[in-house]
Amino acid sequence: MSRVLDHLARLGRLGLEVFARLGQAHWLLFGILSGMRDLAMRPRRLVVEVHRIGVLSVLIVVVSGLFVGMVLALQGYYVLSQFGAAESLGIMVAASLVRELGPVVTALLVAGRAGSALTAEIGLMKATDQLSALQMMAVDPIKRILTPRFVGGLLSMPLLAAMFSAVGVLGGYLVGVGLLGIDGGAYWSQMQARIDLHEDIVNGLIKSLVFGVVVTWIALFQGYAATPTAEGVSRATTRTVVHSALAVLGLDFVLTALMFGG
Amino acid sequence: MPSTRTIEILVGAFMAAGLLAVFFLAMQVSNLGAALPTEGYRVTARFDNVGSLKVRAPVSVAGVRVGRVEAIAIDRTTFEAVVTLAIDRRFDFLPDDTFASILTSGLLGEQYIGLDPGGSPDPLRDGDQILHTQSALVLERMVSQFLFNRSD
Repeated sequence: MSRVLDHLARLGRLGLEVFARLGQAHWLLFGILSGMRDLAMRPRRLVVEVHRIGVLSVLIVVVSGLFVGMVLALQGYYVLSQFGAAESLGIMVAASLVRELGPVVTALLVAGRAGSALTAEIGLMKATDQLSALQMMAVDPIKRILTPRFVGGLLSMPLLAAMFSAVGVLGGYLVGVGLLGIDGGAYWSQMQARIDLHEDIVNGLIKSLVFGVVVTWIALFQGYAATPTAEGVSRATTRTVVHSALAVLGLDFVLTALMFGG
Repeated sequence: MPSTRTIEILVGAFMAAGLLAVFFLAMQVSNLGAALPTEGYRVTARFDNVGSLKVRAPVSVAGVRVGRVEAIAIDRTTFEAVVTLAIDRRFDFLPDDTFASILTSGLLGEQYIGLDPGGSPDPLRDGDQILHTQSALVLERMVSQFLFNRSD
């Protein structure tokens, strides 16, 4: 009996820890958001962060987008040509990119490319007492360090996702029209007939904005809450990538069900 | 670390490229380039059966799109489907005895409304009704008719 109670207590402790961490994460988000006014007075800091998170991720996002679009065209052609509907390739490539792959793959790439870097940087700042030093000088490290990074990630994500989708559609065009011999006019006109600005493109951008919030939030929280040791920072970095990937994929299902499920 | 000015220029280029990508998606990929004719006139047509015709389906004359289906409603007394067509103002020369039929593009394609102009000298005006219509072909009815005729 007491063994059962022990297990139950362990489960309860685990639950409480999870809730405590979630609570901390929300407090952090609140702190980050309250630093918005300071950021508006010093927009230059934002520029630096958009450069680090956005500009430096452009290459990987654009190259991945190109290849994803090309592969989609190849695979889509295989299925569609069996039904004599190869001309619909444009719809398939564009819909899958704009609705799903653009936001999701971009978020995964940014989590790996920029999110892990954010966690490592902030974790090391904490380990080397830079955050405490800022606090000693009466500078709020959350407002000063975290807010610009958060807003930078949030702004970069939809732009990167749009680039991913646009380049992917062009990659699909290259393969579909150049390699597989589909009519170029049909590729675009079928796409334009079926892809809706509001339904597909705006919803895709909203998705990537949500992913931008989630990925940078997780990265910043993991860095800020990391155990200030070499091992702790390395663990926090791993957790950022794993949690971001899980959160993005899970949220994607929820958002898709809300936006396109009805 | 590059200088502040370089960073600013790079970020500016990044924002521009991102917005350009959104613009490209909106104009080239989506139906915004082929949006509803805002300036145009509306005519109605009554059909016994509209099949799977949808709002925003194209309206075309000789294969050229002149407008879109704006609304599909049902008449309270005759139980006919009342389809409102929004036709672009550029095509104000369609005769008022134009024939409207619901057609299917390809074997499995979408349904659209095809207009066959008649010979009347008076053009269609805003609020007019197209009198000559042909309903959508419902495959099941055709098959059953075919079977019924054979058994005679």
